[in-house]
Amino acid sequence: MEEQALSDIKVLDLSWHIAAPYCTKLLADYGADVIKVERPGDGDLTRHMGPFFKDDPHPEKSGLFLHLNTNKKSITLNIKSDWGKKVIKELVQDVDILVESFRPGVMQRLGLDYETLQQINSGLVMTSISNFGQTGPYRDFKASDLIIYGMGGSMNTCGLPDREPTKKALTAVLFSTGSMAALATMLALYAAKTQEVGQHVDFSLFEAQMVSIDRRMSDLLAYAYNNEITPKEDPRDLYAFPYGIQPCADGHWELSGIGALWPGVGKMMGMPELIDDPRFNTIIAQLQPGHREEFYAIFIPWSFEHTKMECVKLGQEAGILCGPLYNMEELLNDPHFQARGFWAEIDHPVTGKLTYPGRPIHAEMMRWVIRRPAPLMGEHNEEIYCGRLGYTREDLIKLKQARII
Amino acid sequence: MARLPLEGIRIIDLTVIWAGPYATMFLADWGAEVIRVENRQHFQLFTRGVMINPPEELIKERVGYACNKKPGHKPEVAHNTFVIFNAHARNKLSMTANLRTPEGLDIFKRLIKVSDVFVESNSPRVKEHLGITWEVLKEVNPKLIMLSMPGFGDTGPYKYYRALGAHQEGFGGHTYLRGYVDEDPTTTTTVYHTDEVAGISGALAVMMALYKRQRTGEGQYIDMAQVESSIPQMAQGVMDYTMNGRITEKMGNRDYHGAIQGSYRCKDVRGRWVPGVQGEPPQEIVDSWVNITITESDWPAFCRALGNPEWSRDPKFADHLSRLKHHDEMDKHIEQWTRQHDNYEVMHILQREGVPAGVVMDEQDAYADPHLRARGFFNELTHADCGTHLYPGLPFKMSNTPNSLRRPPVRLGEHNEYVYKEVIGVSDEKYQSLKDKGHIGTDYVPQEP
Repeated sequence: MEEQALSDIKVLDLSWHIAAPYCTKLLADYGADVIKVERPGDGDLTRHMGPFFKDDPHPEKSGLFLHLNTNKKSITLNIKSDWGKKVIKELVQDVDILVESFRPGVMQRLGLDYETLQQINSGLVMTSISNFGQTGPYRDFKASDLIIYGMGGSMNTCGLPDREPTKKALTAVLFSTGSMAALATMLALYAAKTQEVGQHVDFSLFEAQMVSIDRRMSDLLAYAYNNEITPKEDPRDLYAFPYGIQPCADGHWELSGIGALWPGVGKMMGMPELIDDPRFNTIIAQLQPGHREEFYAIFIPWSFEHTKMECVKLGQEAGILCGPLYNMEELLNDPHFQARGFWAEIDHPVTGKLTYPGRPIHAEMMRWVIRRPAPLMGEHNEEIYCGRLGYTREDLIKLKQARII
Repeated sequence: MARLPLEGIRIIDLTVIWAGPYATMFLADWGAEVIRVENRQHFQLFTRGVMINPPEELIKERVGYACNKKPGHKPEVAHNTFVIFNAHARNKLSMTANLRTPEGLDIFKRLIKVSDVFVESNSPRVKEHLGITWEVLKEVNPKLIMLSMPGFGDTGPYKYYRALGAHQEGFGGHTYLRGYVDEDPTTTTTVYHTDEVAGISGALAVMMALYKRQRTGEGQYIDMAQVESSIPQMAQGVMDYTMNGRITEKMGNRDYHGAIQGSYRCKDVRGRWVPGVQGEPPQEIVDSWVNITITESDWPAFCRALGNPEWSRDPKFADHLSRLKHHDEMDKHIEQWTRQHDNYEVMHILQREGVPAGVVMDEQDAYADPHLRARGFFNELTHADCGTHLYPGLPFKMSNTPNSLRRPPVRLGEHNEYVYKEVIGVSDEKYQSLKDKGHIGTDYVPQEP
């Protein structure tokens, strides 16, 4: 079997919740050996967050946890205990990367700050993932997916002008910032391996959103250039058409047929006479009062005669940029992603086989492989403590009684 | 102190619109020599604007799509001042060649031969049509890493589908889950998630391949479908369907995981003065908002921060389940309080008590924000057609490699001399002849749309 991209990389993962574990999931799924450290008792917070298998809120049945922790090994450890700190230092000797997402200052208080750990392992890459970074006035602020998006992202421009701004779906922002943390970690790892230098990466979810390309970065720059704030706007009022979400026979679809794409609109609708219609055939013509209403009076009835996938197929054939508004069932059943082998079927001792989202990046030579499902809590205590660090089973019993593992 | 991680790595960049250029932005930021190969004979819609020499009406129309409008709009350089392009084009180089001619193609292959990575984000038809597929290029440079990141990947029934982030997000199930619960989906925002994710994922893919190459010496081909990179980020929705057969529905600003949460209106504000930004500050009154998330354990601190108001002692709000049940009513109480304060004030009052709260930051807030200033987030760059401005900077820091923005957003063909003469070693005569044939230049050749 082709070796994975990160097969020789070892990661010590002290992270929890969503963003940082998604970072280490990406590393684990592309081959890294990741040891996840969970606090004894409750374990990672996401073990207690839904959705749950058969709606049973059990710490081994969280779909979110199962997804975020594939390919990782789990040990339980109270890292605040003296023995816990000692074990972390022992594990650090033999890893390439340490990822943590405690509140800033916690690692220092535990005596596990980068300066200390670097003395144990000079080439260590340590990625500290926090809401607002390790320095600055908001360092200790608490946050959520919504708050990170509102402060960092372009939420201020999302929504209708006279209403509250709107967020992205689910916890999308925590996932995308987590994937950027994996990128930051890989850049630091590359430096570490090519220049023999360790790195401490200060990763802030807030700043990660500040550079989000759609559309915070350009809104910021538009402000710097022109001193104008981008307002919330009603997507139905955008300057050119056809653009945006449209109703159709069985739901909604979304298209962009603006500018140079215009001739494709007439083709898509089977109305070639539209192509040269002077009311619509240039952006300037489209901007004239009343033309939008006249166009949609033709377009909407056409759209309602077709299903979303009929619209999308006709649109794509005519060179129009478009897609359906899929719900999860439609997405899972879509033939394209099935044909590409996107979905992963993963067996797990408690839930059995389930379909999970698959690889974000497909490459034959650095494959995305599920070597093991998400770990049970402390599943690898014996393997890591006895097998890797040389403690005895008797030691483990004592530590368990002391609630250290 | 260490060098930038990617110093010495050369990347050929044939990316378009947003996601692809965003991927190469990260690589350029961290030291790679990213050379954009652009075509004067083909104006790619949305990459450097919506049209060549756009008229005044269009430039004025939308802020986020705008060009630099000050001190005076210069349509002939609009492709160098398009805001969306200039946001990601820092630290990159640009050369021009018409790849639709054998001569242009030969130049392109000579570039590939002396480069480490090739990134493109076009529909697969483009690389097939131009004859720059992996099968061809791996013969030119066996150690090459090639990242193709079209919307739907290199295989499957939608291989040739073309889509922007908007349409990809629709396929990926995200759009269905966004927006107001009580409004029609046609009101859902035009700001999307997938460009961001695909750009980050593309850069991550290149880094993993580079890491593997420094170990094994092998190049490789990466087939990244932009939609696929974002689907794993909808995990709760996917897993609830595969575990329970349930179709997740949109929730507005509410929390999927059951905290009390919302976006609340605060006192209206007047434009604030921002140092470092040219011109007069805007003076219109604008609405302002704060986001608050209250988990079960945050409740006592939240009540304390508000001075334990009467309503908070209502038995309806006595426990978390009951609070969730009366979420709408709670929102009204919360907003009555936030309306009396500036949004920054609300954030500080709540954060002082340890309650998660944050302003909905507009661009003006961001440039004035004390935290971003203290962390040196904005960097000053001077661009020949736009002047000197503060640009959004680097999203993360490395302790042993201090870094900041180095080069301003690249103008079309700005580095033709360097790339032609120094990178691929073209003679002065040949350079002139390529210029005469229209390959080399700093503007677009007028063309039919």
